[in-house]
Amino acid sequence: MAVVFEKPHALTDVPMHYCPGCTHGIIHRLVAEVIDELGIEGRTIGIAPVGCSVMAYDYFNCDMIEAAHGRAPAVATGVKRADPDKHIVFTYQGDGDLASIGMAETVHAAARNENITIIFVNNAIYGMTGGQMAPTSLPGQVTQTSPYGRDVNHCGYPIRVCEMLSELEGATYLERVTVNNVANIRKAKKAIKKAFQNQIDGKGFSLVEVVSTCPTNWGLTPKDALTWLEENMLPYYPLGVYKDKTAEEDAK
Amino acid sequence: MAEKVLMKGNEAIAEAAICAGCRHYFGYPITPQTEIAAYMAKKMPKIGGCFLQAESEVAAINMVYGVSATGKRVMTSSSSPGISLKAEGLSYMAGADLPALVVNVQRGGPGLGGIQPSQSDYFQATRGGGHGDYRMIVLAPASVQEMASLTVKGFDLADKYRMTAMILADGTMGQMMEPVSLDFPEPEKVEKPWATNGTDMAREHNIVNSLFLQPDALERTNFERYERYAYIEQHEAMWEEYRMEDAEICVTAFGIASRVAKNAINEARKQGIKVGMIRPITLWPFPVAPFKAAADKVKSFISVELSMGQMIEDIKLATECKKPVYLCNRAGGIIPSPDEVLAAIVKANENGGDL
Repeated sequence: MAVVFEKPHALTDVPMHYCPGCTHGIIHRLVAEVIDELGIEGRTIGIAPVGCSVMAYDYFNCDMIEAAHGRAPAVATGVKRADPDKHIVFTYQGDGDLASIGMAETVHAAARNENITIIFVNNAIYGMTGGQMAPTSLPGQVTQTSPYGRDVNHCGYPIRVCEMLSELEGATYLERVTVNNVANIRKAKKAIKKAFQNQIDGKGFSLVEVVSTCPTNWGLTPKDALTWLEENMLPYYPLGVYKDKTAEEDAK
Repeated sequence: MAEKVLMKGNEAIAEAAICAGCRHYFGYPITPQTEIAAYMAKKMPKIGGCFLQAESEVAAINMVYGVSATGKRVMTSSSSPGISLKAEGLSYMAGADLPALVVNVQRGGPGLGGIQPSQSDYFQATRGGGHGDYRMIVLAPASVQEMASLTVKGFDLADKYRMTAMILADGTMGQMMEPVSLDFPEPEKVEKPWATNGTDMAREHNIVNSLFLQPDALERTNFERYERYAYIEQHEAMWEEYRMEDAEICVTAFGIASRVAKNAINEARKQGIKVGMIRPITLWPFPVAPFKAAADKVKSFISVELSMGQMIEDIKLATECKKPVYLCNRAGGIIPSPDEVLAAIVKANENGGDL
């Protein structure tokens, strides 16, 4: 009998702990499919963050390192520099990890054009700690630590990471995708594959921001969470390529 | 006989690290240790190594974490305020059982403090510095030669026990120049089957991690680590005894303080005072054995420190307070003069051991 669908080799058999409707599972699978298709599992080292995906080290079959909160790009820098010819290094980080406590590490890894791949999962909330305001929480968004809605006069505005990093000379490839439907999932996979291919080709810093949901902490059903993402997050975080030096080079 | 070269203490550390096979250095500028970074920046690109100036002390120690996880020798260096920033990374490295060499060329504190020599990070170094139950091997050089040889030793110990070794120096040791021999044997290859350097599709994946959500699993890692620490306490303590044969007063000092104390002891001996010194070379593990033995013989101990008195607590613990332990100290970046130490020795001698 022909096998038409199976688990990617780059994923382990460990059952994931993610909540029903959470998009981490989809994104993990896309990363694993890309690792399989590029045939790089044996030389790939993944860096897990602190946050909901902290236990990603149990789910990926490649070598994995768990980093301190926000420090994944610095750890990835060390791993990459340890053996730049062999190691393919990716970090998998949430919005609190990457855009709040780890912003310095993110910006400087991009500025150095560090030849690594970052998968940035933006769901506008701190999930693991139970739903607090994130650096990407939307104006007016109700969270545990913004119970009256995010007041931008009090705690400022959410950060658009791809737009901000696109100003850096060093960054090679920045794209924002989402996984709310099949068409967008396919586009997200294409972006993730490109982000890994760039690293294999030595082209430098590639970050794919995946606009995601958190049904549990948003207090919505999985279906309503996707609708909320479409109606609220995508207008503030428009999808698209924010920087692609490889395309600029191809055009020359 | 090996050729000696005249070097600054900081440069001796850098060159010794290269001799020990270290090819990755990450750091951030801070006085008085920046010569280490400058030396590495010059040397590493020429020998196929990697020097990278990190955006912060926090990033530097996490780059160290990354290289160490892949199984390679790696180091960082800083001075007191910078080590505080690295404390998070040191705790994670302890939790993940990663080896590395970290250098602290101490300056006066707390806060931004000053840039003059100090030993006031003794507690921070010997008690861990970051959160959680853990230890670091702490080596205290008292000459430029020891800056080099203890660096090599530190890498070996770090690999052997899968933990951080720290060189706890001070601004004087870092800046002073002395002849040094760099004739070290080729580093032995250490097997690191736990390293995350790619599975090559030939083994199960390795995980470098300090997260254990099940309390019994986390407890187990702590107990296992402390069994290792207990072994280290039994086997790796290093110290120097100076004129202790008939000593009635035991001076204790490490690093630059021990150099000053030696002068004072020699002067006191000329005056007929029976005084000697135990100089701890490892601050953790603290050399308990010689202090236990001395406690049965001497009348008192004088701890000479460039701090408000930190090592003095370990002397009291090691001697189980059998004899009085006095403090002769300066702080804030000031080194006690030989006369100040001599005065303390003379006073103790006149008072039958009491200060």
